Amino acid sequence: MPRQRKPVPGVDPKLLIKDAAKLLPEPSRRFFLRGAASLGALAVLSGCDIIDGDTSENALRVISSFNDRVQALLFNPNTLAPEYPENMITRPFPFNAYYSEDEAPDIDGDQWQLEIGGLVDNKRPWTLPDLAKLPEVSQITRHVCVEGWSAIGSWQGVKLSDFLKAIGADTRAKYVWFQCAEGYSNTIDMPTALHPQTQLTLKFDHQILTRAYGFPIKIRIPTKLGFKNPKYVTAMWVQNNDAGGYWENQGYNWFSGL
Amino acid sequence: MTIEAATNPHLAADAAATGPIIHPRWVRVTHWINALAMFMMIGSGWQIYDASPLFGFEFPRQIALGNWLAGALLWHFAAMWLLVINGLVYVTLGIVTGRYRRKLFPIRPSEVLHDLLAALRGKLSHDDLSVYNAVQKLLYLGILLTGIVIVLSGLSIWKPVQFQALTSFFGGYNTARYVHFAAMTAIVSFLVMHVTLAVLVPKSLRAMIVGR
Repeated sequence: MPRQRKPVPGVDPKLLIKDAAKLLPEPSRRFFLRGAASLGALAVLSGCDIIDGDTSENALRVISSFNDRVQALLFNPNTLAPEYPENMITRPFPFNAYYSEDEAPDIDGDQWQLEIGGLVDNKRPWTLPDLAKLPEVSQITRHVCVEGWSAIGSWQGVKLSDFLKAIGADTRAKYVWFQCAEGYSNTIDMPTALHPQTQLTLKFDHQILTRAYGFPIKIRIPTKLGFKNPKYVTAMWVQNNDAGGYWENQGYNWFSGL
Repeated sequence: MTIEAATNPHLAADAAATGPIIHPRWVRVTHWINALAMFMMIGSGWQIYDASPLFGFEFPRQIALGNWLAGALLWHFAAMWLLVINGLVYVTLGIVTGRYRRKLFPIRPSEVLHDLLAALRGKLSHDDLSVYNAVQKLLYLGILLTGIVIVLSGLSIWKPVQFQALTSFFGGYNTARYVHFAAMTAIVSFLVMHVTLAVLVPKSLRAMIVGR
């Protein structure tokens, strides 16, 4: 899947990979070798810091996108994330972002609207009272951070698949893209968007989301790492191009499935 | 470099060249590929650990691989293919060629005790490298099993939803992280001994490079 990459000075990775790939006919083998070929070629062409530098990261990202495909194959749309009893909820549930809690977006719920765009029939923006009218679902699942720690939380809201139906989304599209108030963003694959536990979340532990937990809405995806669960969402687009995301563009694995 | 050495006729052309092959080519090749894969997995694993330490210490950044969490994760999930594919080739050949059966079994507790005491007194023979002593047998079998544990516990941390039965087997997501860490500790401890002994008995290192 196409992705923004940091440029490597003096090397056009696309051309390099294209040249290497031309020599090898069989697609799966080609893909696997493409990673190795570009790693080797980049190592030769760049003099500097191959182990820890941007150069090796760019080469490794080729394997990371191979891992995206592997994870998409491993993803079973019918496999549910384990659910836990209420007494296992982590209290207090941690706030986590790349900024401190008092820098988190402070959104006026009355003014807020969820902008809808892309391949949908009805692009009318949604307000909080509109969303509250849709059927509520609940889950107690484990939030797993890319750093390794995890916490069990309780989330209530609308099944994202129900919401996609409500706006007449073309669910044959490949991606759903989320834009957040502070500039954060995520793109997720459509099979994950349609997963029965993927939730447009309005409440944490049966209380309206607090500012720390993503008010007015977050997208809760228990089949993905925490950073693929955007908070303070302001826009949602259904589309066929991968618009990347805040951390994904910096080198974190795109699919990040659990 | 080691692969080159393995095929370089000049390095092999010493007195030992006439002796029997101790390590067949597939053992030597998979051994050194595994060494490279482990170097990458352990180095990047330490960097990943530092993002959310399980204990009250961190690994120094100078000895960790990947510079930052995303870089370390890229290394870890690239090197895993090398480790697992090479490991599968090695284990498959080890079983079908009968090498494990011949080299590692039987392991008798009395012999382990005898050889351990002899080793501590510095009286363990290294004359025939093609025969493992009982302590070696036990440790090589142990490290093979630890290799299986570290791969499966790693898989259970990577995919705690898709492979949730495996994650439960390791005691759940959080416990699986400790299992993964303990297996790493066991492997690094083994490596310290393994490398020290290879340096103390240089002909064992040569055997792993040129075969005899």
